[in-house]
Amino acid sequence: MLADFSLDVEAGEFVAILGPSGCGKSTLLRLVARLIEPDAGTITTFPGQPRAAFVFQDAQLLPWRSVLDNAALPLELQGVSKDERYAAAREVLGQVGLSEAEQRYPAQLSGGMRMRVSLARALVTQPSLLLMDEPFAALDEITRFHLEVQLRKLWQARGMTILFVTHSISEAAFLANRAIVLSRKGGQIKLDHLIHLPLERTNELRSDPRLGQQMNALFGAMEEEEDQ
Amino acid sequence: MKRILPPLIPMLLAIAISEIAVRQAWIASYLVPTPSAVLMAMIDSRVELWQAFLKTSSGALLGFALSTTLGVAIAVLLSSSRRIQRAFYPYAVFFQTVPIIAIAPLLVIWFGYGMKTVIASAFVVSIFPVIANTLTGILSTDPALRDMFRLYGASKRTTLFKLSLPAALPQILTGLRVASGLAVIGAIVGEFIGGEGLGSVVDVARTQQRVDKVFAAVLLASILGLALFGLINLISNHTLRRWHASEQA
Repeated sequence: MLADFSLDVEAGEFVAILGPSGCGKSTLLRLVARLIEPDAGTITTFPGQPRAAFVFQDAQLLPWRSVLDNAALPLELQGVSKDERYAAAREVLGQVGLSEAEQRYPAQLSGGMRMRVSLARALVTQPSLLLMDEPFAALDEITRFHLEVQLRKLWQARGMTILFVTHSISEAAFLANRAIVLSRKGGQIKLDHLIHLPLERTNELRSDPRLGQQMNALFGAMEEEEDQ
Repeated sequence: MKRILPPLIPMLLAIAISEIAVRQAWIASYLVPTPSAVLMAMIDSRVELWQAFLKTSSGALLGFALSTTLGVAIAVLLSSSRRIQRAFYPYAVFFQTVPIIAIAPLLVIWFGYGMKTVIASAFVVSIFPVIANTLTGILSTDPALRDMFRLYGASKRTTLFKLSLPAALPQILTGLRVASGLAVIGAIVGEFIGGEGLGSVVDVARTQQRVDKVFAAVLLASILGLALFGLINLISNHTLRRWHASEQA
């Protein structure tokens, strides 16, 4: 799906990956996560093997576990003791605003809350690389706006690298520092664009003409892809 | 009360109608006994029936327990590789199509008269739904969740116990519901040929033309099946209540 593909990402970058359906965006993330192996070529990360975490399109929680046990799962799988992993899980649940809900079950949560649990689960291992595959696509707009602001804050506070796959031009421009548009065939990089917007991104920015300019730049490249 | 009343009405109606029909001699009493005669038979033979009930219960329960543990274990084994599944699953299906009544005499030859044959018979008829449902449950675990477990370095064993089996629990319980009824049938068939218990009471009462006693024993066998079914429902409700749509009415 991806051929002759090359992309360098600096540590601490927030990169949005845009492109038409089936262009290989998700494949790229799965390759970086080493969930699949490339047929040819290499994926190198410096320094060493970073702690990677993955946030899927659906929250993908275990429905038989409470919010706390879901958030603590990655540490549990890595053999961390109960006290330690609960302490870590409570901390990240606090960061995504879910402290009150730790004893509830996924079936009792709204879509936005579920995605926040999913985000907390990804953050609990203190990852240096966060891979996100259209995480907010299924949410209603207002929930998405809140989560985007929250994610941006978390990124600033933690200094991790984020690769964020999305279909949404406004989301890419609002969130990222750099946006990449992939072509329909073969996953070529159509556009590699640095987003010139202030570091602090709040909901006021959404009606700011500067965001519109950035979106326009991405829109142009996306539209050319759609036309072909 | 709202849940008990609706099924109670047709039962009371059926009892009343059959009582009247037999008393009015619309149906011959040597074919169908009056419900009151069945009740009398139950009271008269209460010690014998109670002991038979306990025998059948333990046979069915042990057979059911065996098919639960072995059924889940076999399903786990089958799910571990496509090749193993292709090689052995057809035999599990074949096994299921063998009529129990035809192989029950063989069981007597292998296990002799008594409890072992009854347990074996209950086991043979009830294991397949456990295997089939557990296997389906394990194989339909969300691939994204498998990816996540892999990403965090979970071993096969951990993935089985923390992901596949819990995810398959609703299907496993469906398999157990079906198996519980079949285990009672299997136990009765085993007892017809090689044991004591309700099956043998039915068999003996039949030769004595005691239809009232046959009905009494059949009724007790049904109660046993219902009790097992209720037990599984209780477990299902308790374990799935917080997360599965089937228990969140």
